[in-house]
Amino acid sequence: MADDTLTAPLRSPLSQVADRLAAATRTSEGAIRLAELPFLAQLNVRLDAKGAAAAAVGLALDVPLPLQPNSVVRAGELTVLWLGPDEWLLVGPPGSGPEWESRIREAAGDEPVAVTDVSAQRTTLLVTGPRARDLLAHGCPLDLHPRAFDSGRCAQTTLGRTQIVLVARGEPRAGFWVLVRSSFAGYLADWLLDAATEYI
Amino acid sequence: MLLIPCPWCGPRDEAEFHYGGQAHVPYPQTPASLTDEEWARYLFFRDNPKGPFAERWTHAAGCRRWFNAVRDTSTNEVLAVYRAGEERPATVEPRPVTSQPSPAQPARPAFEDEASSVPKRGPGGGSPQDGTGRGGGGESLFRHSTRGRIDRDTPLTFTFDGTEYQGFRGDTLASALLANGVIQAGTSIKLGRPRGIFSAGVEEPNAVVQIEAPFPEPMLPATTVELYDGLVASSLPGQGRLATEPDPARYDAVHAHCDLLIVGAGPAGLAAAAAAARSGARVILADDQPEPGGSLLGTAEHLDWVADVTGQLDAAPDVRVLRRTTVFGYYDDNHLLAVERRTNHLGADAPENVSRERVWRIRARHVVLATGAHERSLAFPDNDRPGVMLAASARTHVNRHGALPGRHALVLTTNDSAYAAALDLAAAGVAVAAIVDTRPEPGEWAKRARAAGIEVLPGHAVTGTDGDPRLTAVTVAPYGQSVGQREYAVDLLLVSGGWNPVAHLFSQSGGKLRYDEALGSFVPDTCRQAVEVVGGASGLHDPAEVLAQGAAAGARAVEAEGYTAETPSLPDVAALPQTPPMHVYVVPGASDAPRFVDLQRDVTVDDLARATGAGMRSVEHTKRYTTAGTANDQGKTSGVLASGVVAELLGVDISALGTTTFRPPYTPVSFAALAGRDRGALSDPVRTTALHAWHVAHGALFENVGQWKRPWYYPRDGEDMEAAVLRECRAAREGVAFMDASTLGKIDVQGPDAGVLLDRLYTNMMSTLKVGMIRYGVMCRPDGMVFDDGTVIRLAQDRFLVTTTTGNAAAVLDWMEEWLQTEWPELKVHCTSVTEQWATVALVGPKSREVLGSLAPRLAVANEDFPFMAWRETTVAGIDARVCRISFSGELAYEINVSPWAALALWEALYEAGAAYGITPYGTETMHVLRAEKGYPIIGQDTDGTVTPQDLGMSWVVSKKKPDFVGKRSYARADTVRPDRKHLVGLLPEDHGTLLPEGTHLIADSVLPAPPVPMLGHVTSSYRSAALGRTFALALIKGGRDRIGERLYAPVGDRLVPVTVAGPVLYDPEGARRDG
Repeated sequence: MADDTLTAPLRSPLSQVADRLAAATRTSEGAIRLAELPFLAQLNVRLDAKGAAAAAVGLALDVPLPLQPNSVVRAGELTVLWLGPDEWLLVGPPGSGPEWESRIREAAGDEPVAVTDVSAQRTTLLVTGPRARDLLAHGCPLDLHPRAFDSGRCAQTTLGRTQIVLVARGEPRAGFWVLVRSSFAGYLADWLLDAATEYI
Repeated sequence: MLLIPCPWCGPRDEAEFHYGGQAHVPYPQTPASLTDEEWARYLFFRDNPKGPFAERWTHAAGCRRWFNAVRDTSTNEVLAVYRAGEERPATVEPRPVTSQPSPAQPARPAFEDEASSVPKRGPGGGSPQDGTGRGGGGESLFRHSTRGRIDRDTPLTFTFDGTEYQGFRGDTLASALLANGVIQAGTSIKLGRPRGIFSAGVEEPNAVVQIEAPFPEPMLPATTVELYDGLVASSLPGQGRLATEPDPARYDAVHAHCDLLIVGAGPAGLAAAAAAARSGARVILADDQPEPGGSLLGTAEHLDWVADVTGQLDAAPDVRVLRRTTVFGYYDDNHLLAVERRTNHLGADAPENVSRERVWRIRARHVVLATGAHERSLAFPDNDRPGVMLAASARTHVNRHGALPGRHALVLTTNDSAYAAALDLAAAGVAVAAIVDTRPEPGEWAKRARAAGIEVLPGHAVTGTDGDPRLTAVTVAPYGQSVGQREYAVDLLLVSGGWNPVAHLFSQSGGKLRYDEALGSFVPDTCRQAVEVVGGASGLHDPAEVLAQGAAAGARAVEAEGYTAETPSLPDVAALPQTPPMHVYVVPGASDAPRFVDLQRDVTVDDLARATGAGMRSVEHTKRYTTAGTANDQGKTSGVLASGVVAELLGVDISALGTTTFRPPYTPVSFAALAGRDRGALSDPVRTTALHAWHVAHGALFENVGQWKRPWYYPRDGEDMEAAVLRECRAAREGVAFMDASTLGKIDVQGPDAGVLLDRLYTNMMSTLKVGMIRYGVMCRPDGMVFDDGTVIRLAQDRFLVTTTTGNAAAVLDWMEEWLQTEWPELKVHCTSVTEQWATVALVGPKSREVLGSLAPRLAVANEDFPFMAWRETTVAGIDARVCRISFSGELAYEINVSPWAALALWEALYEAGAAYGITPYGTETMHVLRAEKGYPIIGQDTDGTVTPQDLGMSWVVSKKKPDFVGKRSYARADTVRPDRKHLVGLLPEDHGTLLPEGTHLIADSVLPAPPVPMLGHVTSSYRSAALGRTFALALIKGGRDRIGERLYAPVGDRLVPVTVAGPVLYDPEGARRDG
């Protein structure tokens, strides 16, 4: 980039709440861990799951696009969420979006595929700890019991009064990712911190 | 809350879905070929059947797919779902209605030995202590020395009506009062008659008290208030007082899911739980008492078994026992609400961070209702005196709390159950003078009573009571006769008129009740939901049958979910002798004294007679006429009694009348509990932009736009709104100003058919837009009315960025998806929301080019290089940006779009670079003034769903070339070409200082005619303009464009304000300022 590049630090939607999330985590003595995972690369991918592009994109990503509704697959640092029968969300490390996008477009070739950078559309909250499920159950109508929602599952649903994408993370006890629209992130952080009152 | 099965995501709460109206109403192939009538039929006519109905839904908060559902409109049951484009399933059967399994006569478990059939006399043979009876000390005539489950080592001090008393941990307020010899707990609401503690549970109609401390709470039944140290309560004249201070306690809610929810931890519920406990199924057992046991706590039977089962349940990993939890509502698809009282019983010791009450939102695969039965009273003269009490309730007070409700008792009954109460009371030292049984041949129980030394009067009834205020005497006579009266000096009259199964939740679930002749009451019959009713709630009373039925129901429920139930150990219970009850409602006999039916509403037999005399024939009508059953006890003890009385008055059978409808909540739930944490700042989400903190720090006042907080204006010291807005407007028109426009909705539209989609949805042509350029567009509904507007940016040959109004972003995306998924699935195009992917700053004013140019060295900003309605990728202040030359003010203006992560850096750079030109942040109010001066409408403010683009004077935005687009056919309807349609025009008050209130009507004459006044239209927007040096307004006026120059009148208060109609564009009509 040219020398007029500004080096101002990027500000994530919850940068101003980070201290309060950390304080709640500390006070809970391990019961709850709350933190923002800012700036993750997120790509919305739309294509025909039955078309040629689906397989090609899967190959290019080293992981097949999940076809099972509300399921998640992972490969290395890439997580792919089923959002709809022709819609997926790719989540990767900060800054990795453009590379994934070009891989997908290249793999799809002339097949119609829509790839949209939505990295800033939502931010990601990490909700983990032994009381994570209890905490989420205060506002999420889904059955979060491990029998119903364990690793490999994701869901677009509601938490409190806002929509979220909920992801049960891979490893046991790794808790959840809560992806929330950036404009609602402040509300949701307040909501979570308030819900945690009993656990901290 | 319905559970709607999304064809993709599976069952989800109804709240995640949006309704889309009747399905299979395809968009006509060639709307232009339809007659007006045919088109109107498509637009406005939909079926409205009772029964199965195919309709569109979208899983809006989930996968965003539109699908079809067949819903039974009379039951709300979703019978089938299928994907868009699929055929409606041929036949759809409603869920079968399941009957209650017939009261099980299962092989009775082999009991180790048949115990004595005489009820246990309770632990020990202790006797009541002598004492003074009132106030203070633990010794009392009314407290048994050993009975009860109270903790005698934990005395508690409480205050009632100003007097201090002592009770024990384990008491209710009612039992503690009784143990202190206090039975009167209030006066009645209409007649002011003294009333006493009548029951031992939630059915209490009389002893409804006000808690004064630690926090004021009105109208709590003393029989349900657990005693704690420092409790202060007072009696009420039938009505409580709301607290005037905000409730400091915390209330919350939680969602729960289970295979089996059991409501009630009495014998049937515990047996069901025991059968299911170790199966691996998820079980919730909810009970409103502090400990499981239900009626066994009151009869003091099988408490060892209760303790064993409770221990097993507490230890089972998949079982949750919710104590102090009342299930109060039973809704669709086995969704039940319960309230858990978590810290109420701790008084001042309640921890602050623990919610005081918690609402449980439970979704259960199966429900077993083991809610027991309520004893009902009888209508006899003066049956409301303090000292009259339900028989089984007195037994509960004695056995559970060691509290003696009186010293000398008489019993009035129509059935067997009161005998056990009489025997228990006698064993506890209460002198039972006689059992008055309306039945001529009471059978085996009478022998037992006589064997215990109690006189039994078969075929007798109570004909009156005396006492002031407490009961001192009861008059008894042979049933139906006035001769042969005998008087008994007693301070307690136990009454049992039979038992009403607690069918409230079953009824709320959609279950039907039937009249049970043997029982003389209404029992659960059939229901569509997966629910079984067991125990007393099902009409059973025999303890062995109750236990077996509960265990069988628990086993059936978990086995239906694929788990293996176990045979629980059940207590050995003896078969009880049974003599059929007599069905009595009004005790016959003449008397001038009132015979109360509903004690809490002071409704008597005579009141009901007035209702039937006035022609009422339904219990729903007599209820509304007399208010019987409408108090906060909801007629738990009086409802069936009222039905029986009305049946007698009408001379019909009670089975023909039924009961009134049971509605949630089963018991009153406080608003604080229902509100939970959705209070204050969390009552509704607040959406903020990446720049919000800057706005706050710079003194912005905010306007709510949908859930967004948008800066409204930025007052400086001493400025009012008018001054601030005039200053901000001047800056935008004369220098440079900037605003946060990030809230505009943004949708990325990608795919080879993107242009086709937009051509069909916008009134104007979008496919001809060149890459790099921007076009304004209007979206309409099929009826031709404006729905949204915004700009469309062509990013690439197959990619557009659509902007929507702030409040409509989600609706527009839903709209696009609905057309794509249901009408045009063949189009290769996808829509994705990117509203928060971009932060947008509007930079406005004649100096905006200089400011932008100074920060974007690589951008050629000259008008010929960067013309109006073009966009450029560049860097602004070193930040990657998409800059659009769009103007919503008529001035030279830009919209700079950057990542929200860098928005603050951009904003601060603009603030610094613009300082030399006096750059001014402005808010929505200034934006509104600037656009109104130019006649740009705001959708939703200047339109209301009845306005076409032509009405707005925007015929230019309606394509004549496109063969069709959504709305086009409607512009040829007779209604949309009427010359007297309302047009958007400007209005200039003749007095330049007069500001017309928005919404003001307009009339033609200078004199207000007699009503009805012919209205010509109304003011939609009204402002003071710095640029025009005067006030002005926009208005929708009939035939407005033909009235330009006319004088009209606006009634404002008492005045008729003269105004002149003008064109809508009042400022710079030539558009000279746009290019700077």
